[in-house]
Amino acid sequence: MNEFFYLMKTELIVTVIIFFLLFIKLGKDRTNEQLLPIIQFILLVNFLTSCFFNQDGNLFGDMFYTNSLIAFEKSILSLGVYLISMLSTDWLKKTNHMPEFFILMLSALLGMCLLLSSGNLLIFYLSLELATIPVAAMANFDLLKKRSSEAAMKMILSSAFSSGILLFGISLIYGVTGTISFAELPKLLDGSPLLIMAFVFLFSSFAFKLSIVPFHLWTADVYEGSPIAVTSFLSVVSKAAIAFVLLTVLSGVFQPLQETWYVLIVTLSVASMIIGNLFALRQQNIKRFLAFSSIAQVGFILVGVSGNSNIGISSVVYFILIYMVSNLAVFGVASVISEQTGKENIDDYKGLYQKNPLLSWVLALALFSLAGIPPTAGFFGKLYLLTTGGAKGSYLFISIAALNMIISLFYYLRVVRAVFIDKNDQPIEKLPIQKPVKLGLIICSAGIVLFGIMGWIFDYIESLH
Amino acid sequence: MNLLLLLGFPLFTALLVLLVPTKQQVRWVSFLGATGQLIAALLLFLAYRVEVAAQNSSQFLFEVNYPLIQSFNIHFHLGVDGISVAMILLTSFVVVAGMLVSWNIEKMTKEFYFLLILLSLGAYGFFLSLDLFILFFFLEMAVIPKYLLIGIWGSGKKEYSANKLALMLMGGSALILVGMLGMYFQGGREFDIIQLSKINISTQYQLLIFPFLFLGFGVFTALFPFHTWVPDGHSSAPTAGSMFLAGISMKLGGYGCLRVAIYLLPVGAKEYADIIIILSSIAILYGAFVTMMQKDLKYMNAYSSISHVGFSLLAMAMLTQTAITGALMQMVSHGLMTALFFAVIGMIYDRTHTRMANEMGGLMKVMPFTTTVLFLVGLCSLGLPGLSGFVAEMTVFVGSWQVDDWFHRSATIAAIMSIVVTAVYILRAIGATAMGPIKNKSFLELKDATWNEKLAAVILLVGILSIGIAPSWLNNLLQPAAELITNRITGK
Repeated sequence: MNEFFYLMKTELIVTVIIFFLLFIKLGKDRTNEQLLPIIQFILLVNFLTSCFFNQDGNLFGDMFYTNSLIAFEKSILSLGVYLISMLSTDWLKKTNHMPEFFILMLSALLGMCLLLSSGNLLIFYLSLELATIPVAAMANFDLLKKRSSEAAMKMILSSAFSSGILLFGISLIYGVTGTISFAELPKLLDGSPLLIMAFVFLFSSFAFKLSIVPFHLWTADVYEGSPIAVTSFLSVVSKAAIAFVLLTVLSGVFQPLQETWYVLIVTLSVASMIIGNLFALRQQNIKRFLAFSSIAQVGFILVGVSGNSNIGISSVVYFILIYMVSNLAVFGVASVISEQTGKENIDDYKGLYQKNPLLSWVLALALFSLAGIPPTAGFFGKLYLLTTGGAKGSYLFISIAALNMIISLFYYLRVVRAVFIDKNDQPIEKLPIQKPVKLGLIICSAGIVLFGIMGWIFDYIESLH
Repeated sequence: MNLLLLLGFPLFTALLVLLVPTKQQVRWVSFLGATGQLIAALLLFLAYRVEVAAQNSSQFLFEVNYPLIQSFNIHFHLGVDGISVAMILLTSFVVVAGMLVSWNIEKMTKEFYFLLILLSLGAYGFFLSLDLFILFFFLEMAVIPKYLLIGIWGSGKKEYSANKLALMLMGGSALILVGMLGMYFQGGREFDIIQLSKINISTQYQLLIFPFLFLGFGVFTALFPFHTWVPDGHSSAPTAGSMFLAGISMKLGGYGCLRVAIYLLPVGAKEYADIIIILSSIAILYGAFVTMMQKDLKYMNAYSSISHVGFSLLAMAMLTQTAITGALMQMVSHGLMTALFFAVIGMIYDRTHTRMANEMGGLMKVMPFTTTVLFLVGLCSLGLPGLSGFVAEMTVFVGSWQVDDWFHRSATIAAIMSIVVTAVYILRAIGATAMGPIKNKSFLELKDATWNEKLAAVILLVGILSIGIAPSWLNNLLQPAAELITNRITGK
């Protein structure tokens, strides 16, 4: 019993918080102003507890397993949720159904935690659904905006479609091998054509969730329509969770099919990087811009995945940690500006530095980190990904990735240029930054500056498995 | 001497600059920080001399080595040999002068000085590091300060120039990155330069990796045909920015070509030397002739930089000891000279508000100090004995002449001929600027250089003259290191 509590600690705490929020909703009417600090504090506690007292082990006949790497990944996700709750303070205070928003977000987090720990395809499918459907509801949270509903509709339809494909893949796998357990599957995968087809179905569902090209078409519209808090959850936490699972599934379960998926990953990685980057070049809306840039970043993550080694896994986890703080910092700044002025276009950011130096520096730092420029952490993250990806000796692949770093620098610099260099007669006025937002931005910036230089963090991740 | 001091000092200055409130304090903090760094660099030079005099025969001195990321075998490994000491000296001279000439920047002063210090930090780190990863880190660290310096404080078509520079340099970095990873995998998971220099990577891979590294660093040092960022970048940048770009940043590339590409991949270097010679000969001649056509003084100096840097690339590709020593001398000499040139052009521009040589005239009468410096630096550029340019170019030519086949000889002759062209454009430009009647009545009211500008010019002139009059100290510094490199190439 004791073991049950230890191993499922994160999931249980998240569940308790969800119920707590439900009861709050039932009780006396409280304003968002009163509730929000409490919720933020609870999420901080959730993050901190997820960092400690972790054990390795299995539960429920191998349906649920966890180890120190998975626990670390879960705490990354919890950190992401905590940061989003801080950075979107402006929006959350205004929204009508704040407790419901957190209930949905935490349900998705619960789904992701279960997903990371899932030990067979059934739990895997269930938790993937749990991680997806609340997000679609969240996308609809700007109730009065048509675009928000449109985004939710697009999201739910494409998720449903990808779930269908996933289920088909799972049923094929079960039909061929007769098992759904992750532990037993690797021995039974013999590379028969039917299995490969099943794998492709399974993988395309991942690709949907990660918005890998050519499964990326829903991304830009959904990102643009949803409230920024949801967009950041989608592009950071949800992607991180799926990427973690992809790592375990590919290098754990589908190891025997390695030859097949290496080619697949390399091709899709190149496609994602190139298409994501080329489309990002001409975007005006900052959310669409980040949507395409995140597609390109996923392409980069795949470079690390293709390495298929322990150190490759570490570098992906490390990169995602850095990607999370960097991307959340950009979303944080965008959210402050968008909530207070309604401006979301890159052209509106012109001359931002004149009145808002703090926001501008955070934005620049985060964008440099996304572009992979030292001394920010993004440089280290990308370099490690390339180093692990290059271990397979494909110079062409690494060259294409390096080339894409140039293209991405071009469009990240576009924003930096708008903020610092371009002149504007009516720049955005000095915006008040709420305390939680400030704290969130400081945490993100500290992460961007320190995670890279403190090299032992990588060694720590490497020591986890 | 602890090399961490040389990195800690600029870092500390940068943080202090962020903390002090007024513009005047920012200026003084940066200036004093840079001066302190100059003193530290001179101490390093003395300490190095002492060690060498004490017959310390290890290749790199004052090594510092901490493991940074064990999983990838990355170490924070610093160390200096004669080449690094010379480059660090050059950097610290240029940085002090750069701080001084930027004294009257009023727009976002704090950010300006912060970025300048960050840029110099990148250069110091680059010259100190003995680990490819750290080296690359510092190299790329300097890209963003350059972008912002040009974009915010520049003039002319600054957005275009800043973008072009950042993207081209990033392209260079991308090439270096691929080459570096190639070294890492072929050299047995090793980033350390000393370890890599003991390993002989197979010929096939040397031939594959060398172009990546050489071209990558070549972009930084304006290797033809990747030189196009130089004229735009240099002419759009603010004065101190141009000084840093031409005086320091271009040297990063040259240093990288030699230390990383040629030293670590000797077989590749031998194989590709002819191509480099052709490219750098083109750069020398093309740069010189294009300079002849320029009327804008900044563009003139930028194109002449392409030609001058071509000398050092040409000499490197000759692969003889004298030539490589000459290449390094040329890098130091050109760094000082071109920084001073840009400083003087900046001083003149601040007063006359034009950079066109044909719109000036007779400036000697109103600004004797500034124009005298312009004269001196021009003469240095065309290689007058007694100034550093002569020493460096002479060494380059003597070294190149030692390779006695028709191909190398004709490249050398072509390079030597460019000196005539240099003399033409330098004398013409100086004549148009300094001599003759004053074309514009408003020039009569102009004031000569202020104390800070004078100090900046004097500091750089001290460097130029000390090399020009007594070159042996620099030669003694560079020659042993150049010998090690040539020994590795000839396989001794």
